[in-house]
Amino acid sequence: MVGLAVVSHSERAAEGIVEVAAEMAGDTRIEPVGGDGQGGIGTVPDAIGDAIDAADDGEGVVVLVDLGSAVMNADVAVELSDAEAVIADAPVLEGAVNAAVAATDPSATLDSVREQAEAARGMEKL
Amino acid sequence: MTGDGAAVVDAVEAVAERIEDERAHLTELDSAIGDADHGGNMARGWAAAAEAARDLDDPDPQTVCKTVGKTLMAEVGGASGPLFGGSLVFASAELDDGIDAESAVAFAETYLEKVEDRGDARVGDQTVVDALTPAVHTFKKSVETDELPPLEALAKAVDAAERGVAFTVPIRAKKGRASYLGWRSVGHQDPGATSALYILEELLAVAADALDAEIPDVDATSPTIPDEAAEDDSAAAEDD
Repeated sequence: MVGLAVVSHSERAAEGIVEVAAEMAGDTRIEPVGGDGQGGIGTVPDAIGDAIDAADDGEGVVVLVDLGSAVMNADVAVELSDAEAVIADAPVLEGAVNAAVAATDPSATLDSVREQAEAARGMEKL
Repeated sequence: MTGDGAAVVDAVEAVAERIEDERAHLTELDSAIGDADHGGNMARGWAAAAEAARDLDDPDPQTVCKTVGKTLMAEVGGASGPLFGGSLVFASAELDDGIDAESAVAFAETYLEKVEDRGDARVGDQTVVDALTPAVHTFKKSVETDELPPLEALAKAVDAAERGVAFTVPIRAKKGRASYLGWRSVGHQDPGATSALYILEELLAVAADALDAEIPDVDATSPTIPDEAAEDDSAAAEDD
């Protein structure tokens, strides 16, 4: 099944987002990744690549990202990864929840999961 | 080739030293409009890159660039990793046959293209692109059109980058953390563009040193006309 990787500048934020998304995720693999590798705020392509690999079971990985360098470093990681991975242009938490639900659909594909994640862009709250 | 590789390692060490010296200044620039991590991130990345470059056994320029780029990507932890480092790995493909004027132009153009693509930034967005674009364009023109010696072309590129950095001050950030500030980003010098200038200044100094030459005193905005004058003379001679 399609896996998910959640990339944030903060490792704790990534873990928290995964915690929220996992409630709806069934057996979906969701890997959190974040931080500069030395306990600080930031993102590192190698670590993102490892998270993509961990989330992949052969059907691909949708990558959710927060801001700026997380997008760029995820972009690098996707380029270097052997797994089929795509970045969803979506808000990281809402997108992760949507994607987690979409991934549990037996007919889910990499594209359908990404599309559902990106549908979170138009989500209204009030 | 070996000599070139050693010169590139020297350049990386010079950049690492310079960025460390400017660390506080870069952080100060970034704290005004960003998240105050640029100086620390770059200093950490370049220190690791210099160490990795030093550890290479008799490398060619391409290997040095790849190693430095990969190390920056792994160590920087911010947008400067993929922008400065990732682009270096990518552009190193132009250095298959070492460094000469032609491959240096191709390298510079590919590097700029990758930075623009990865950062989705164009001139005027108050980013590193504002320093790199005039530098790369000036270098290309100086080499290909004006046929200046490479060192002179590089000196012109550095002058152009300096003007590019100054250009980031009165404009509004459209990319990066500074863009969240909207109009409040106006009046601040972009830290990434500033780092790019420091890097180019060190490349020039090391290149001059390697060639055992003085750094040429040039102005990026001065047109180069001696060739035209020479052509005019020969045209006039033919008319006679």
